Amino acid sequence: MIETIHNWLYSIMPEGAASITEMVLIATAYLALFAIAGLYLVYLERKVAAWFQLRLGPNRVGPFGMFQTMADALKLVSKELTSNDRIDKLLYNLAPYFVIVTALIALAVLPFSEQLQAFDINIGVFFLLAVSSMGVIGILLGGWASNNKYALIGAMRSGIQTISYELSVGLSLLTMVLLTGSLQLSEIIEVQRTGGWLILQGHIPAVIAFMIFMIAGTAETNRAPFDLVEAESELGAGFHTEYSGMKFAYFFLAEFINMFIIASIAVVVFFGGWLSPFGITDDITWFPQMLWFLIKVLGIIFLMMWFRWTFPRLRVDQLLTLEWKYLLPINLVNIVIMAIVIWLNLTL
Amino acid sequence: MEPTVKSNIKTEEYFINMGPQHPATHGVLRMMLTIDGEIIKNVEPDLGYIHRSIEKMCERDSYQQIVHLTDRMDYLSSHINNEAVCLVVEKALEIDVPERVKVIRTIIGELTRIASHCLWWGVMGMDVGALTTYFYAFRDRELINDIFEETCGARLTMNYNIPGGLMFDIHPNFVKRTKEFIAHFKTKIPEYDRLLKGNVIFQKRTKGIGVLSPEDAISFGASGPVARGSGVNCDIRKIHPYSAYDLVKFEEALQTDGDCLARYKVRIQEMWQSLSIIEQLIDNIPEGDTKVATKAVIKLPKGEYYQRVETARGELGCYVNSTGTKNPYRFKFRSPGLSNLGVINSLATGSKIGDLVAIMATIDIVVPDIDR
Amino acid sequence: MVLMKVKSKKMTNEEIQHIVSSWSDTLTFSEEDSEFLNVEVPVDELHKICSQLKSNSDLKFDYLFCVTGIDWGEDLGVIYHLESTTFRHAIVVKVKTSDRENPTMDSVSDIWYTAELHEMEVYDFFGIKFNNHPNLKRLFLPLEWQGWPLRKDYVDEENMIIK
Repeated sequence: MIETIHNWLYSIMPEGAASITEMVLIATAYLALFAIAGLYLVYLERKVAAWFQLRLGPNRVGPFGMFQTMADALKLVSKELTSNDRIDKLLYNLAPYFVIVTALIALAVLPFSEQLQAFDINIGVFFLLAVSSMGVIGILLGGWASNNKYALIGAMRSGIQTISYELSVGLSLLTMVLLTGSLQLSEIIEVQRTGGWLILQGHIPAVIAFMIFMIAGTAETNRAPFDLVEAESELGAGFHTEYSGMKFAYFFLAEFINMFIIASIAVVVFFGGWLSPFGITDDITWFPQMLWFLIKVLGIIFLMMWFRWTFPRLRVDQLLTLEWKYLLPINLVNIVIMAIVIWLNLTL
Repeated sequence: MEPTVKSNIKTEEYFINMGPQHPATHGVLRMMLTIDGEIIKNVEPDLGYIHRSIEKMCERDSYQQIVHLTDRMDYLSSHINNEAVCLVVEKALEIDVPERVKVIRTIIGELTRIASHCLWWGVMGMDVGALTTYFYAFRDRELINDIFEETCGARLTMNYNIPGGLMFDIHPNFVKRTKEFIAHFKTKIPEYDRLLKGNVIFQKRTKGIGVLSPEDAISFGASGPVARGSGVNCDIRKIHPYSAYDLVKFEEALQTDGDCLARYKVRIQEMWQSLSIIEQLIDNIPEGDTKVATKAVIKLPKGEYYQRVETARGELGCYVNSTGTKNPYRFKFRSPGLSNLGVINSLATGSKIGDLVAIMATIDIVVPDIDR
Repeated sequence: MVLMKVKSKKMTNEEIQHIVSSWSDTLTFSEEDSEFLNVEVPVDELHKICSQLKSNSDLKFDYLFCVTGIDWGEDLGVIYHLESTTFRHAIVVKVKTSDRENPTMDSVSDIWYTAELHEMEVYDFFGIKFNNHPNLKRLFLPLEWQGWPLRKDYVDEENMIIK
């Protein structure tokens, strides 16, 4: 079907216009899809939280409360955008877009299946890391421009947190890149088609890298136990204290899309992306590969939600101690071990 | 830790308001913080947002009415507050209440203590960021409230005590349901402990944080779990037994570290001790009357009376100065919360904002109790 | 680090009275209508007597468990309930001042830290000023509140709860 649209577009327009139209169409489709997907992640979070907390969760709007988050989104859209008087108007308004746009850009390179990948560049992993760490600028802007001390503390915490944990995310992925020899996401998956999932190929160093990636990734997305940015018992609501309505919703949605991205990277790099486990559905041609991708991503997301509803929050100095004194040295040693493993050809 | 790096960048301490509308302050308490970055330099509590002049109202009311005002002080140990006023009136009138009353008062008092500590446990978890504890605690606290509802007709502000005894007898289900609760709760406390104390992050957040020395604890007039976490024997149930506490065997929960974790452990220990007290009494509730008839208008003889009880938060004192009329001349409540709050500045100075939250949680503040 | 390992010697009221009365001859003792030993201290000797009560090795009243402001009609006063956590004996210190316009007495917050908050409470309700108090201001009532509500002669037409 995509092929048909592609051919039709190129038949009625000059080449340049057609490719632009195509990009716009794809972007619109992604936007619409992920706005909805983000809402359902919120729904999932609320349900998972409810299961952990002996509650029912949303169960009134639609079957099993399926439309609850839709209703919430509608409410947020219709709400008045309030702010205090002494904000830095430009930065204050820019911040939520920064956060949501960077989150959505990262989606472009994710390989949902063999065919479904909007933008397959040869520096995929690098691109993902670069883009996902840009979101913190939005948080810093929001906290700074709000003219609120709680927001400022939250934003500053976010700054140190993201800058620190960026290192661990990068290094743990680098460990795996040693194994694949490529930064291109489709290549990384291709490597796993023959040799098995990377977390198995790289055995112990890969498992360590995965654990570090999960810890650092949770910290990157500012989720508990690393949610110091919006630690509600300390800072009220943290950096988005002064935001309301749709601007708040952007921050909220971005958090969930970021979580999806971190989980997707984990799936692509460690768990074979859209590949089926042991190739069980490889012969079934009609079976959508995307389903495997989504199942794995949801599994990782569930893990992150499990963290959130179980662990207490770290203190800000403990957060930095964890990164600089433990994760970073372990990571560096881990890269060396991985290099040795590959050099001696010990991979499975 | 003081930063040792010298820098030419000018830094400045700043002032921040925590509360009166803030999720960590458990009500309308306002803390005026002076902060250097994340490090707290000074904490000044600003009180009175829920001051209802209960002491002045006491001078207007009769003694029966005063009992009902005390519910609204420390609403989490409302039964024990009621008991304090009843005991001081009974002491003044030299009424000896029947054994049955004493035992029932003790059982319900201990259930109240468990319910209060249960709530504290949930909120403690929430303050350090583990949101799920709140719901677990409420699940079990609900069972206690159900028992109260059946017997007293109310779940929180129970008004079960009257001067001279109890409002009415216990419900026929009381013994059975209390035993069921004990059996249930004995399996839950270890679970609680595993979920929070077993967690490395929680230990890091509480161990060595907010250390209160025993000398300071006494000087600040701290009582209850706050003082016992520092190794100070201050359990009024042991020192000056009232009701049926001289009939039961229990250990005073004591920890010597004086930090947040010690106060946490004290409260968990206290829950075990409370269970043991209830177990000793629940099968042996003596038969008899549930009240001694008092005059419709109670007039205390001229003099001064003082009664100390141990609420879930510490020592509650009732000072009554009577001139022989139907109203007290002066009625003073020594609330555990106000004295315990006094320690906050010395504990929190030099620590981080996150620590202040943990310290406040382990001091276990109930603002209506402080403000009265 | 359990403090209470000292040989416990709880004193009777007579013994306490014997020790305390030797410090000054302006003290009056009474046990009438009260379960504790009451000692009435003149305003200017309050701080001296209190620090002796705490530091005396036989008494060691280190726990100030209640501070009550009171209006006796003519006089304003403060009642300090003291207990020794070592020996578990108790004493009640009373101090009176007949100056209703500008009642002043010494703060004991340097002896017992807890007095700091409780003296603020007494100041709030009775208007008794404490010398050398580190931070004397209204504790519960708004800072701009007029009058001292727990005094017996306090009148507030709008909010009066005793008619």
